[in-house]
Amino acid sequence: MLEFENRRIVDTSRPPEVPVKLVDDFTPELIDVGAHHLCPGCGEPIAMRLVMEVLAEQELKNRALAVFGIGCYTAFSNNLDCEVVQALHGRAPSVATGAKRADPNLVTFTVQGDGDMVNEGLQEVLHAAARGEQITCVLLNNGVFGETGGHMTATTTIGQRTKNTLEGRNTDDHGHPIRIASLIAELEGAAFVARGAVNNAGNVARTKRMVERAIEVQLLGIGFTFVEILTMCPTGWFVETEEAPAYLDDTIGVANSPGVLRDIAPDSQSSSSTTIS
Amino acid sequence: MTETAVGTATGTPRLMEGSEAIAEAMVVAGCRFFAGYPMTPFTEILESMAEKLPPLGGVCMNAESELEAIGMAWGAAATGTRTATGSTGQGLALMQESLAELTLARIPMLVINMARSQADYFQATRGGHGDSRRIVLAPMDVSEAVELTQLGFHLADLYRNPVMVYGDYYIAHTYESVVVERRDFGPLPAKDWALDGSSGGTGAAKLLSPLGDYKQRDDVGYDLADYYARVEVELTAMETDFAPMAETGFVEDAEVVVVAFGTPGKFVRYCVTELRAEGAKVGFVRPISLYPFPTEVLREAVRTARAVAVYENSAGQMIDDVRLALLGTVPVEFIGGLTMDSSAFGVGPDLQVPIIKQRIVDACRSAGYELGEGF
Ligand SMILES: Cc1ncc(C[n+]2csc(CCOP(=O)(O)OP(=O)(O)O)c2C)c(N)n1
Ligand code: SF4
Ligand SMILES: [Mg+2]
Repeated sequence: MLEFENRRIVDTSRPPEVPVKLVDDFTPELIDVGAHHLCPGCGEPIAMRLVMEVLAEQELKNRALAVFGIGCYTAFSNNLDCEVVQALHGRAPSVATGAKRADPNLVTFTVQGDGDMVNEGLQEVLHAAARGEQITCVLLNNGVFGETGGHMTATTTIGQRTKNTLEGRNTDDHGHPIRIASLIAELEGAAFVARGAVNNAGNVARTKRMVERAIEVQLLGIGFTFVEILTMCPTGWFVETEEAPAYLDDTIGVANSPGVLRDIAPDSQSSSSTTIS
Repeated sequence: MTETAVGTATGTPRLMEGSEAIAEAMVVAGCRFFAGYPMTPFTEILESMAEKLPPLGGVCMNAESELEAIGMAWGAAATGTRTATGSTGQGLALMQESLAELTLARIPMLVINMARSQADYFQATRGGHGDSRRIVLAPMDVSEAVELTQLGFHLADLYRNPVMVYGDYYIAHTYESVVVERRDFGPLPAKDWALDGSSGGTGAAKLLSPLGDYKQRDDVGYDLADYYARVEVELTAMETDFAPMAETGFVEDAEVVVVAFGTPGKFVRYCVTELRAEGAKVGFVRPISLYPFPTEVLREAVRTARAVAVYENSAGQMIDDVRLALLGTVPVEFIGGLTMDSSAFGVGPDLQVPIIKQRIVDACRSAGYELGEGF
């Protein structure tokens, strides 16, 4: 093992001594190729996986339509065995709205990042929620523009270092982050709003239940549904892969605690529009 | 004498405002999804669609901005629904990103640009990033707008590409006696690319993407270089197949040929007809498809001309295409003008028959064509 400034680094200048071999194929039903192109330790493939598992389990694979935004997760838009419309950066909620209104039989969901949804296209998701569009927006929130190389977004937390907030985000220069799920939970058109995370097994399981519920509520046709999923971005955060789950808890996880923020479905366990955050 | 590629409809005429007639034409053409954001003179089309579509089971969306209007249209068109959106000037500028990428995603729709003046020519024919191209049709009056609206949907589906209709303030707000009935422009390919969810789980789920249709399971990632080259082939095929449209008049022996499109094209046609009756050897060319530009028609039309005069209700934009078409073989002079009225809604103070006639006469004189007494 090589070292650099007392840190272990992987030597990538030659093939590894032990060749890679496939131990088992864990690829879920609706993802075509399990070997994704995102960074090791990235949270987005975990989030993507649980969404696709829910669609398969709810037997919706032949009426589902995914609408992708632009970010690292776009690498999944041509890797699903479910119909996909690739939208432009920020535009997925309007595209999903048009598709769902034109063909109400579709189970329509968006896959967007914080840069895509909360920066570039914020008015799209707010208006779609306020109109009560019968779509599910899934936000993969890592607090950075991962794709462009780790820049500050509207959800970057105070103190968090990014490529363009090298000393950490501060309110004087960069203002305050937007807590998007909390904002949407205030809108009458929203039927179900929840925030999960994928930085440990418990959170993954809870988040999957949130996605299940969002899709169930979409099928009830009573309003807009939203699941924010906090995801790791070790590359954009400039932290070691194994440190990323804890770093998530210390940054975006502090300001955005997981929970169901709103559920107005008649069969809801919680009373309407409960806020656990 | 005058040639136009647009046929004439039969049936009972009704007195309708242009905006309503265009909306009616969209509905009879089978349009069932419309999205827009109010902006004069596009607004009345949106109002009319909001009234007409719901009773037919269609959808009209009041989008939160033009960005979302074309986004909603993108999603609806992806399901194979006949879809339209539109705007004018600034609103069309907001749509340019999507408009350009719709070509790459190969999603057809109609975009109605009810321009305030003719200064949307550049953004209509050249707008957007990248190498996208689209057919742009410019009617001169309400009845032609009814025809071209329907033709626009047909061409969009035929070439799987957005088509734009370039209207204006006059067409939007003029009442004309028109016949609106469904036109058949021939067979269209099946929309086997349209999405309804059903291909999911089959191992061959459909994908509509401006990044291409490559799936990772086929051992290829997105390959933009390859995909853009493929789209380029489609666009070139479209341009080869589609015969550019134009109307010409009195060009056989014309000393000066005047070029104008849209409503001003109709004014110019009238002025040239009067000048001919008075003995002046002038002719006109009215481009109907602004893209592809009717280059060949124009070249043919100026064979006897000593000069070409271009009238536009702008500072001069189409004149670039006229010059490119003629490649310096004939001098080209601009006789149009800016939209100067305080509302800036497109009613140029110079759009009057005596003024236009005088400018044509002046253009004749400066080209060395002596008209004699009485002009
Ligand atoms: C209109 C437009 N502006 C900017 C970009 C460049 N861009 C591509 S991805 C991206 C950021 C994506 O961030 P996010 O949605 O948070 O996804 P992540 O990469 O973090 O998963 C940006 C700014 C773009 N594609 N389009
Ligand atoms: S940059 Fe971040 S979000 Fe993008 S693939 Fe790498 S870890 Fe994931
Ligand atoms: Mg991000």
